[in-house]
Amino acid sequence: MAEDTRQYTDFYAQAGKLICERSCEVMNAPRAEALQTFSTLGFPTKKVERYKYTDVAEDFAPNYGIALMPLLVTGLPYCHRISEAPIDVTPYYNRLTDRQDAVVALNTMLSVDALVIYVPRNTKVEHPIQISNVLKGEQDTMVNRRILIILEQCAEADIVITDKAVDHSHFLTNQVIEVFAGDGSHLNLYEVEETHLLCTRYSSVFVQQGRDSHVRHTSFTLFNGHTRNRLDVSLQGEGSEVILNGCVIADKTQHVDNNTLIDHQVSNCQSNELYKYVLDDSAVGAFAGRILVREGAQKTVSNETNANLCATPSARMYTQPMLEIYADDVKCSHGSTVGQISDAALFYMRQRGIPEKEARLLLKSAFITEVIETIPFEALRDRLHYLVDKRLRGELSKCEGCKLCK
Amino acid sequence: MDNKNKFVREVAEKKYEYGFTTDVQTEVIDKGLSEDVVRLISEKKGEPDWLLEFRLNAFRYWQTLEAPTWGHLKMPEIDYQDISYYANPTAGKSGNSGNTKEIDPELMKTFDKLGIPLEERLALSGTAVDAVMDSVSVKTTFREKLKEKGIIFCSISEAVKEHPELVREYLGSVVPYKDNFFAALNSAVFSDGSFVYIPTGVRCPMELSTYFRINARGTGQFERTLIVCDDDAYVSYLEGCTAPMRDENQLHAAIVEIVVKENAEVKYSTVQNWYPGDAEGKGGVLNLVTKRGHLRGRNSRLSWTQVETGSAITWKYPSCVLSGEGAQAEFYSVAVTNNYQQADTGTKMIHIGKNTKSTIISKGISAGKSQNAYRGLVKVAKTADNARNYSSCDSLLLGSKCGAHTFPYMDVHNDTAVVEHEATTSKISEDQLFYCNQRGINTEEAVSLIVNGYAKEVINKLPMEFAVEAQKLLGVSLEGSVG
Repeated sequence: MAEDTRQYTDFYAQAGKLICERSCEVMNAPRAEALQTFSTLGFPTKKVERYKYTDVAEDFAPNYGIALMPLLVTGLPYCHRISEAPIDVTPYYNRLTDRQDAVVALNTMLSVDALVIYVPRNTKVEHPIQISNVLKGEQDTMVNRRILIILEQCAEADIVITDKAVDHSHFLTNQVIEVFAGDGSHLNLYEVEETHLLCTRYSSVFVQQGRDSHVRHTSFTLFNGHTRNRLDVSLQGEGSEVILNGCVIADKTQHVDNNTLIDHQVSNCQSNELYKYVLDDSAVGAFAGRILVREGAQKTVSNETNANLCATPSARMYTQPMLEIYADDVKCSHGSTVGQISDAALFYMRQRGIPEKEARLLLKSAFITEVIETIPFEALRDRLHYLVDKRLRGELSKCEGCKLCK
Repeated sequence: MDNKNKFVREVAEKKYEYGFTTDVQTEVIDKGLSEDVVRLISEKKGEPDWLLEFRLNAFRYWQTLEAPTWGHLKMPEIDYQDISYYANPTAGKSGNSGNTKEIDPELMKTFDKLGIPLEERLALSGTAVDAVMDSVSVKTTFREKLKEKGIIFCSISEAVKEHPELVREYLGSVVPYKDNFFAALNSAVFSDGSFVYIPTGVRCPMELSTYFRINARGTGQFERTLIVCDDDAYVSYLEGCTAPMRDENQLHAAIVEIVVKENAEVKYSTVQNWYPGDAEGKGGVLNLVTKRGHLRGRNSRLSWTQVETGSAITWKYPSCVLSGEGAQAEFYSVAVTNNYQQADTGTKMIHIGKNTKSTIISKGISAGKSQNAYRGLVKVAKTADNARNYSSCDSLLLGSKCGAHTFPYMDVHNDTAVVEHEATTSKISEDQLFYCNQRGINTEEAVSLIVNGYAKEVINKLPMEFAVEAQKLLGVSLEGSVG
């Protein structure tokens, strides 16, 4: 067994019993298999195609205290602790995850509690649901977070998940979200990360869509340390549509790796993907988007765009838009660019009396705006415009407007 | 419906035009691969010690490697001990001596049949040819005429004897034997190939061409081509290949190395038409090739143009290392796959020098049950200020059972670089077909017309005779894929 996985298996050997006691039956069931997967596979190396740009073992190597706290869910409509879920979640929990991913297995092994967002059929959630993850504590901590989102037939919901870090300690978050979007359902899922340089985030989101369902996932990485987001969407019902948008602003030594897969399993589905990166200082950005159109998935329309701005010589960008197509009656395209702010645009603005610094800011902000403007939810759009502007000015060193902050 | 059946029948009956075999006395060494075999090949070719040492180092390194599996390919397992690594069809005769009289008439006939005249008086429009069958170069034409200008064009075995200093300097300098599994294998057992040296300031007056032919059964072909283009020189080089039809998979693992110096320009064009296997996917050549050019000098230029229609499996990435300031590289490719063919091909552009520029135009066409993948890397190193790349990959799907894939990789480590990539995948639109049908062009012809138009951007880059051949090949390869 590899040395880097030992601290986690040892911990599980000691605390496994406690974890099971604090947790519930449905979560305990897959633990043994997850332990098996985790200890045989070990952390994925850079030779594993989907982890090519991130050193997982290094991110998981420090000795973190592992948080085993149950969730506190009070009074939020549609949100429940898994043990108090209004339906039997056995057919949902851990059904979408990739069983061959050690990082996911580690989460399945160590999660104590899970948040279930359940929206019954034909229900429209009036107000967006916001889930705030606040990392707090003097000690270096690892958190295993698990969320299960179930939208029944024709249900509609907007969900905003924010990541914040209050204390200046090392935090490692390993998050797994499973989304079941039933026939005709509508889901807008937003993730906003504003943590700090000492935070490491691993997120694995698995989405399954039914007939005529519509899912929009938007991810904003405004401030972070090391972030690795995996997003797998499986289109299993005809006429379904998925939109994946993302934006990354990174500087200093930040590292952001977005890895997406859209799996067109049936015909007449649409997917659209847009990711934009602004990289400064020694930031490293990576984007890998794979669109898979399976045999028989005719009339698929798919479009993928990745555009990146590198502002300094030491910033690095890796991009890898992939198309894998086994059906002939499809329209698929992808485009990817890496470049810098256009001199002509800069010149134009300076001619009109805008100082260079300001002009650069405006251009960067305009570059990002394309992603923000796709958000249908106005309040969030305004908030993001404000946050992005502050971020680009370098004023956002810790989470903005949070009452918990010191 | 009748029409459709006719197409299907035609395809079923369609034969690979170059699938004949030549009955010629061939010396084939026993199957198997060991240090002794490497020594034997070296001995047969009468090589100096340094080259034997190079081969043995490569062989020892190869033994430590495992065959790669990362390609988007279903590869049959290759038994490297079940291949003969040396086959000499000129056995008994002296081989490449420049005198046609000594060539076995059977061999002459073979190359005539392939449309490669080995007699200079028959040659069209001044193309010098190096004809390689199995492991041996049979004949190199126009050598004298080229010699007048100081150009060296001969088989690599002769070059080792006659110009050892040049070969020693450049062999393995672009593709070292440690590069990859197949490069190590080739470095250990390579037999013949072409060597080209264009001296400073010379513009090669004719197209140079190598024609590769696999003939013997149970053998592989491991040729090695080395092109060195000195300052301010220019050469256009063509490569063509065919093989007989056999049930077995034959291995072809070549290395092509190109060195381009200051202000020099090399154009390398390939029309690859190895036997693709039958309609059930049986047999065919496994084309696993390492091709790379090193643009060493300022303002050097290199362009790869390839038309890939043959081979059961094509797995190659003709690449360019742009280290000279202002170097420019181009890659134009049309890859056609039909029946059970598989292709995982593309290019690598490694930008190291300042103001370097590269263009990638790739057109994939998949039909039948084939899989066609583009995989490419554009890497901009920290030192490559103002590097510029434009890539465009289009895939055309004909038939619902085939696949088209695009896997571009872009690694950018410099903020002044501009890298663009775009790709599309679609089928021939009903509107276009309808438009042609309306004007009395039947569907088969319409498809051929549209495909040719689609590939034109690449085919236009080929020298004229090759372009005509490539266009014909496109038509033949896709015949019957519409229905």
